[in-house]
Amino acid sequence: MASFWEYANPKKFIQTTDKLLPWLSVLAALTLVVGLIWGFFFTPDDFRQGSTVKIIYLHVPSALMAINAWLMMLVASLVWIVRRHHVSALAARAAAPVGAVMTVIALATGAIWGQPMWGTWWAWDPRLTSFLILFLFYLGYMALWAAIENDDTAADLTAVLCLVGSVFALLSRYAVNFWNQGLHQGASLSLDKEKNVADVFYFPLLFCIAGFVLLFIALVFLRTQTEIRARRMRALLARERLG
Amino acid sequence: MKALLLRDIRLAVRAGGGFGLGLAFFLIVVVLVPFGVGPDSGLLARIAPGILWLGALLSCLLSLDRIFALDWEDGSLDLLATAPLPMEALVSIKSLAHWLTTGVPLVLASPLFALLLSLPSQGYAPLLMSLALGTPALSVIGTFGAALTVGLKRGGLLLSLLVLPLYVPTLIFGAEVARRGAMGLDFTVPLAMLAGITFGAIALLPFASAAVLRVNLR
Repeated sequence: MASFWEYANPKKFIQTTDKLLPWLSVLAALTLVVGLIWGFFFTPDDFRQGSTVKIIYLHVPSALMAINAWLMMLVASLVWIVRRHHVSALAARAAAPVGAVMTVIALATGAIWGQPMWGTWWAWDPRLTSFLILFLFYLGYMALWAAIENDDTAADLTAVLCLVGSVFALLSRYAVNFWNQGLHQGASLSLDKEKNVADVFYFPLLFCIAGFVLLFIALVFLRTQTEIRARRMRALLARERLG
Repeated sequence: MKALLLRDIRLAVRAGGGFGLGLAFFLIVVVLVPFGVGPDSGLLARIAPGILWLGALLSCLLSLDRIFALDWEDGSLDLLATAPLPMEALVSIKSLAHWLTTGVPLVLASPLFALLLSLPSQGYAPLLMSLALGTPALSVIGTFGAALTVGLKRGGLLLSLLVLPLYVPTLIFGAEVARRGAMGLDFTVPLAMLAGITFGAIALLPFASAAVLRVNLR
């Protein structure tokens, strides 16, 4: 059995992900198409929310991925700090914009749903507020990566920022609970079957979530490859200039 | 350690006006608010705790880049890093000096500014308590941000983007203490939370700041 750490070798990483990427992309597209079409056209309207309920198929998966992208960055940063594998640092960097876009999708779809349902585009509800704060964390993280020229320094600094930011993001999440009462409903999904949404909505939603997860993985693989190749190119150019 | 602390304080007080600047900025924020929202004293009294906290936070932010920038430019930071003093102690001293030169004056001046915003009289003690407890956290978190951006040429804007999200929990609990105090409600729970955040930050963040500073001095 090959060790997981073999993929820390950039060459091995690119070889493996090159093989996986087409499959992942096709699978992501398939599950998303199936999930979204099933969700949008073949599920009944909710008796109170009408057809706006269908925004759940974009809102819930994107919100889920927005948080999990940060979690993945946290793990990748830890791996970089402990084992100093460059691929890991680059994967964290690659995931940040994807996570930020997921955050924006979740916020935007939430606003579009909130306008007819709550009568407002935005409310200072704990969940909404903490998502906005999460978005700010993504912005700061990406800005720090972009601002520092030396790759290793940037990787180190952003990794520590990610660790500290995670702690403060969690603190903020619970602090805003204290600060304002919620308008947002509780979680729609849980392992406890009683609390789940009805099955008609549940199964297409599972497809959409799977699609978003696959899409995220594919995008991170692709962007990590790009980062590795960009870095290689810079190294080659530098060597050429030295003659 | 004591020598370093005294040196930093002396530098802040004597050279470059960093000392009074924060206070002046705080005053301007407080003066500008009534122009923005109107002179109605009922409204001012209601938003006074939040405005005072925001003003304190912003004027704290304003002076953050001074923590390391001057020492970085003239090379004394490298000397300090090679001194027998551990890096964690160095950043702790730096935050302490920053708090003594910006946080403490802000706390002491806040009753005067609260007067301008017609804060109800029962609100003064909680406001002072929350600022006294909260501003050390602002300094310690700010030191982390300053350590992150120390090597950058135009780090000022980036520093705000990095530090302001980290200030959210402190601001929430601090302003909540002041708000509840002004309304005559019980404020012990947010005060305890604020104390928790401050002491937690003081205990843990210097390690992160020191790690980051080491990377930047590499």
